[in-house]
Amino acid sequence: MTAFIIRRLLQAIVVMLVVALVAFSLFQYVGDPVQLMLGQFATPEDRIRLTHELGLDQPFYVQFYYFVVNALHGQFGVSLRIGKPVSILLAQRIPATLELSITAALLALVVGIPAGVYTGLRPNSWLARTALSLSLLGVSLPTFLIGILLILVFAVKLGWLPAFGRGDVVSLGWWSTGLLTRSGLHSLILPAITLGLFQLTLIMRLVRSEMLEVLRTDYIKFARARGLTDRAINFGHALKNTLVPVITITGLQLGSIIAFSIITEQVFQWPGMGLLFIQAVSYVDIPVMSAYLCLIALVFVTINLIVDLLYYVVDPRLRVDRPGTAAH
Amino acid sequence: MSRANVKPDRGRAAEAKRTVEGQPLLDVRDLRVEFPTRRGVLTAVDGVSFAIAPGEVLGVVGESGAGKSLTGAAIIGLLEPPGRIAAGEIWLEGTRIDRLRYDAMRRIRGRRIGAIFQDPLTSLDPLYSIGRQLIETIRTHLDVGEAAARKRAIELLQEVGIPGAARRIDHYPHQFSGGMRQRVVIALALAAEPRLIIADEPTTALDVSIQAQIITLLKRLCRDHGTAVMLITHDMGVIAETADRVAVMYAGRIVEIGPVADVIRAPRHPYTIGLMGSIPALADERERLVQIDGTMPRLTAIPAGCPFHPRCPRAFARCVEERPDLLDAGVSRAACWLYARDEHGVAPAEVGS
Amino acid sequence: MAAGRLAAALRDSWDSDVAWSFRHSPYALGAAFVFLLCVGSAVFAPWVAPHNPFDLSQLDLTNSLRPPAWIDGGDPAFLLGTDDQGRDILSTILFGARISLAVGICAVLLSMALGVSLGLLAGYVGGKTDAFIMRVADVQLSFPAILVALLVDGVARALLPGAHESMAFYVLVLSIGVSGWVQYARTVRGSTFVEKNKEYVQAARLFGIHPLAIMARHVLPNVLGPVLVIATIHIATAIITEATLSFLGVGVPPTEPSLGTLIRIGNDFLFSGEWWVTLFPGIALVVMVLAINLLGDWLRDALNPRLRT
Repeated sequence: MTAFIIRRLLQAIVVMLVVALVAFSLFQYVGDPVQLMLGQFATPEDRIRLTHELGLDQPFYVQFYYFVVNALHGQFGVSLRIGKPVSILLAQRIPATLELSITAALLALVVGIPAGVYTGLRPNSWLARTALSLSLLGVSLPTFLIGILLILVFAVKLGWLPAFGRGDVVSLGWWSTGLLTRSGLHSLILPAITLGLFQLTLIMRLVRSEMLEVLRTDYIKFARARGLTDRAINFGHALKNTLVPVITITGLQLGSIIAFSIITEQVFQWPGMGLLFIQAVSYVDIPVMSAYLCLIALVFVTINLIVDLLYYVVDPRLRVDRPGTAAH
Repeated sequence: MSRANVKPDRGRAAEAKRTVEGQPLLDVRDLRVEFPTRRGVLTAVDGVSFAIAPGEVLGVVGESGAGKSLTGAAIIGLLEPPGRIAAGEIWLEGTRIDRLRYDAMRRIRGRRIGAIFQDPLTSLDPLYSIGRQLIETIRTHLDVGEAAARKRAIELLQEVGIPGAARRIDHYPHQFSGGMRQRVVIALALAAEPRLIIADEPTTALDVSIQAQIITLLKRLCRDHGTAVMLITHDMGVIAETADRVAVMYAGRIVEIGPVADVIRAPRHPYTIGLMGSIPALADERERLVQIDGTMPRLTAIPAGCPFHPRCPRAFARCVEERPDLLDAGVSRAACWLYARDEHGVAPAEVGS
Repeated sequence: MAAGRLAAALRDSWDSDVAWSFRHSPYALGAAFVFLLCVGSAVFAPWVAPHNPFDLSQLDLTNSLRPPAWIDGGDPAFLLGTDDQGRDILSTILFGARISLAVGICAVLLSMALGVSLGLLAGYVGGKTDAFIMRVADVQLSFPAILVALLVDGVARALLPGAHESMAFYVLVLSIGVSGWVQYARTVRGSTFVEKNKEYVQAARLFGIHPLAIMARHVLPNVLGPVLVIATIHIATAIITEATLSFLGVGVPPTEPSLGTLIRIGNDFLFSGEWWVTLFPGIALVVMVLAINLLGDWLRDALNPRLRT
């Protein structure tokens, strides 16, 4: 077990280093690193000093080392567009993105998994067929279009919900939350649905197809031959076997929610990290792009690690050491 | 066209009487299994009739696609749609079971009819310990508590020959070897003490060295528990070892049925004769194995009349036109016009035409 | 005669399970029809469109922001209304669909080429090459395609300042193409592993035939089915990705707008009540993608041997 964890940790570190390398290359070769760090109003003395400090006269790997060290301290330089340190900007925006992403993820899971189970168990009922057709539509609707349509219906035509922004937020120490105010909650609804809908459809289709696969297996056939009740077969054996692969894929999908939040934040002008990133790409604001990259990589790697551990816990085949003395 | 006085009813009834006094355990009458497809309706099992006595081992042998597994599936009520029982009756200990509602059939499965499938690797749920799966089966059918069920589970494991049963009961399927897994499968099938077990190719997926062990185990257990077995296989050797009677299937029908020793030593139906001839034997003086020309017809192209006639070395006019029922041929019965007695009570087989 | 053989082959395909299921599935037929309609009108846009929205001499600002023809103030000449520059929405949709389709298909071809060759390489050579390629694939797979596409796009913009507008098409194809190769590579690699160990490969090696030629002639036909299914659904995804990137402002510029760009432009008018500028391109996009998804779904079921009756 510990060997497994150590191996995965090492892999995670390798991935992070690779991403750091990419981010570093962005920094170095696309634009002027000294300017990126100091901003536009640096004096020549500052530039010379920083050039030496940054070791720009040093070989590649030394500079990379400094980059990594700086990164670990949260130093990514100064945003070209806004002029403030990137780390502060990111820290300000994280709560918005996290609240949105987690709400959307919960929505996707809480609706998607039961829907998938139902359509897998009763594939020929009209409800299942309708859900399936709707899901096809859901997969064909790009996220931003869902957002626009929701805004059109609920904000413009009906005027029930706000079309942009986060509403009023309450500061809890370093964190700012919109969950405690009415306008904050209202503002969360449309973006959360927009962000979660795509994931919901994906999860539903995935759970359904896994369920159908599992129901075709020999052990389910044997369970039926033993006269086990439908409940035992469907929810004891079939469901458990379905959820095991679903966990991995869902975990990975949840990671991508944070990436898809870029789109939703743009549509609803939600003040999160994604919006920051988009503005950075348009402006070619390298420090922000580079920092976002590393941060996202960290999130993904962490999620992957957790999912792997979860898999390990749930599937006994990975867990127990094989007995070498299995007698015939 | 007048048929010679064949009376399959008399034959079958006689067979049921021959096997035991009183009711047969399982009585299958004219079973027909169909598959509606977009190219029309395919008949995979066509008019199959046989009976199994309590405690008897009936072997069902034939090539792949002959309909053996489907017959077994139909009996236990696990035909996969769109397949369905189109005609015929299945009687279990005097109750008709082919038309039962789902829940009633479910109660019969496991409790009165059990099943074993081919691949022990995939027959067990990988996420549950074998103890869990055993206890679950026991408690579904018998009204016992957890502790009693666990005790019984351990006994079962010991019976099937799992060493250290009390410890290994909590192990997972992947921790057992193939042969051990099949033993667990047998334990699971016997858990609720069914009267009949349908064993569909139980040894095909195992190493040859293990096959013999498992067959012996199956034989012994069924004898000890008085369980009848419908042993489906394409391996004649297994049948010879284990079965009391054997039914040979071809293209969805039974072409010969009788006591094992007779069918093997003195086969009647030309197909069975071909089968026996193709088995190499150590004491054989022949230089070439006998081969039956051609292959079994696909479901979409079953010939009229006797389905075997295109490949049969002894076919004659009647074989092409009429389909034979099982006719008396000495101790066994064979579905072949060679054994149809004419007005004088003479059969073509005896004349040697 | 060759013609006779061809006729026989065509008759066989017509009779085959795939074709049968196609002919009898209303969804597949409907989807195929819609798809061909989209492709046709997009390809022939210059001739089919009632106006040329990019001909500046044709534009008249007095026509700007006209509602669709069936609403008061509409003009039958502009069936779906006009945008703020007086461009006919229907025409912009036709031309936009053209670009969306072009980017989608080219990107998928790139992905396929990249993925299939890398998959063949990884599967055939095995060892360290395989491990390396698969590691890269794993890492890339853990990032959503849109992020990879955004990154490639951002880097390209930085490296080619100024030329960005004219290169936008190629940058988009590159970024979407690069972000999607992994699924092809995995499938092809799996099949290559299976085929590699078969006896005929070793036999052919004895004959001196180059193994890669064998792989190409035997592995490729086997993976064609799954690759085709992946590709079809990938076209839909690619079109959506392109639309998203354009909507975000980092895709195709407004001078030659794709459907995504059109939606972005129209978004600004949503609140002032001119909903048609954004809705109709949106509907066009959804219809096109839905048709492709239906086709892909049907294709996957038709080619799945386990679902055969």
